[in-house]
Amino acid sequence: MTVVEKILARATGRPSVKAGDVLEPKVDLAMSHENAALVINQFREIYQGTPLPPRIWDARRVAVIFDHRVPAESPKTASNQKKVREFIGAQGVGKFHDIRGDVGGICHQVLPENGYVRPGYVVVGTDSHTTSHGALGAFAFGIGATEMASVWALGTVLNVEVPPTIKVIVKGRFRKFVGAKDLILHIIGRISAQGANFKVLEFHGETIRRLPTSGRLVLCNMSVEAGATAGIVPADEETARYLREEAGVTDPLEPVLPDAGANYESVLEVNVSRLEPQIACPHTVDNVKPIGQVAGTRVNQIVIGSCTNGRLDDLAVAAKILKGRKVAPGTRMLIFPASAKIFRQALGKGYIGVFMQAGAVVMNSGCGPCLGIHQGALGDGETALSTTNRNFKGRMGNPQAAVYLCSPAVAAASALTGVITDPRKS
Amino acid sequence: MPNVVFKVGDDVSTDVIYPGRYMATVLPTETPQFAFADETAFNAKLKARQVPPGSVLVGGRNFGCGSSREQAVSCLKGHELIIVARSFARIFLQNAINLGLRMIVCPEIEAAEGDELELTAGAVVNKTTGRQFSVEPMPQSRQVIIDAGGLIPYTRKRLLAQAAA
Repeated sequence: MTVVEKILARATGRPSVKAGDVLEPKVDLAMSHENAALVINQFREIYQGTPLPPRIWDARRVAVIFDHRVPAESPKTASNQKKVREFIGAQGVGKFHDIRGDVGGICHQVLPENGYVRPGYVVVGTDSHTTSHGALGAFAFGIGATEMASVWALGTVLNVEVPPTIKVIVKGRFRKFVGAKDLILHIIGRISAQGANFKVLEFHGETIRRLPTSGRLVLCNMSVEAGATAGIVPADEETARYLREEAGVTDPLEPVLPDAGANYESVLEVNVSRLEPQIACPHTVDNVKPIGQVAGTRVNQIVIGSCTNGRLDDLAVAAKILKGRKVAPGTRMLIFPASAKIFRQALGKGYIGVFMQAGAVVMNSGCGPCLGIHQGALGDGETALSTTNRNFKGRMGNPQAAVYLCSPAVAAASALTGVITDPRKS
Repeated sequence: MPNVVFKVGDDVSTDVIYPGRYMATVLPTETPQFAFADETAFNAKLKARQVPPGSVLVGGRNFGCGSSREQAVSCLKGHELIIVARSFARIFLQNAINLGLRMIVCPEIEAAEGDELELTAGAVVNKTTGRQFSVEPMPQSRQVIIDAGGLIPYTRKRLLAQAAA
């Protein structure tokens, strides 16, 4: 069995399962953000006309993290957040991360850094980038609000068809200023935005073994941009190191590894030793080109942050490039760390000072600019270069604007010039 | 027989179907006004109620890719549109089943705006061009939710059965 098949066998109490089987797996962790407001409506609706009280099946397994519009941009959002706060307080949900400078942040960073996700877990989230958590060896996938309401009621996901798995084997060493973001953009460009639709990407190979969890989160985060149900890295020593040292987990881990004879739908081999920085061009994530083809393109706004590339090593590479230099006139630069914890770590290491002295605006953790719902909107005809995960038309709040996606190194190098710039040449 | 009122290409994302800046709006009674908000001509027709319920939107491959936002389904359902696409992205497809948005997987569909379509169980017939396209049947696991009237009544039934056991 593949990793996901094994996880699903365990979550359904079966000796084995195979791609195509329809199951109702138990959920280990159910995550929502502000859209918990809609989940609550649907949850209450389920209980309408029944004698049963609306109770979450297991409040310890539910996490709610406010990140999409923080602090609230409108009375409507603030009222929705208030409603969610009251509901989860009454239900006794403990894994709640409000708008705070100590424990707040973007859900796909808050979950791993608090040790909420473990290898072998079934994780569902009302956010498509829930795939991120496959980085810790969990089967993690996005669902809609109504489906989450059903999970809250039953503790299982209904009618999950076991997805077939594509084995991705990655070899070689990254060249300087090339990394996980370039790898996943390259894969998406190669197999297309629908290349893994309804499938799992299971990552293997020496490059993956050497990749820290922060980089694995990037790969799994953006697996959904190839249509994948989930991305997953089988748990290994690095997974254990991350959970013990960075997330403070002390209880035993139960890694789930694929069988030697696991049945893969196909195998994709990638050698990264000659990989160049990759850029996803407007308006689809699979419109990927090596940087040489788009270098020199004028950009008005540079963004570093998000659930994809707002982690400490992302900020470190940006700080290294920006130190003692200035963001080009006519270009604005926004930086938002993935969590309050990372923000504080970056503060301690002096990165935040470097960014501000260079002319960047450092914002609190949140999703707002990435999807154009809270700050950082683009003007008509403007272009952004961003380390986020999507460049669909209208994504940064304006259908008359264009978004290019890149790594933190490319973003930082380009901030200095105001045009898309290869960090190896800056 | 319904007409095609709007046609889009491949990889139409939920950011296009329901732009992120309207995501603070969640109620299915309020989301329909923002359906394809940036496709201003089509959005204006929808809001002016010039699109009869039961009209068809034709999509390409990977319709509804991107965000899991359920508003992208509820906004189309509010106008009682039927989505005929070559393929759907996973989360959108599941959300459509859960909310009862009618959609048809028709891998070869070719139709232009204004064409008249006949929708049968096994095929989509384009009456304007005279061509017929086969339909991919919904797996039984999804059909049971559709037959129950969506995921809310389906889950309610399951809960009551659990409580009785």
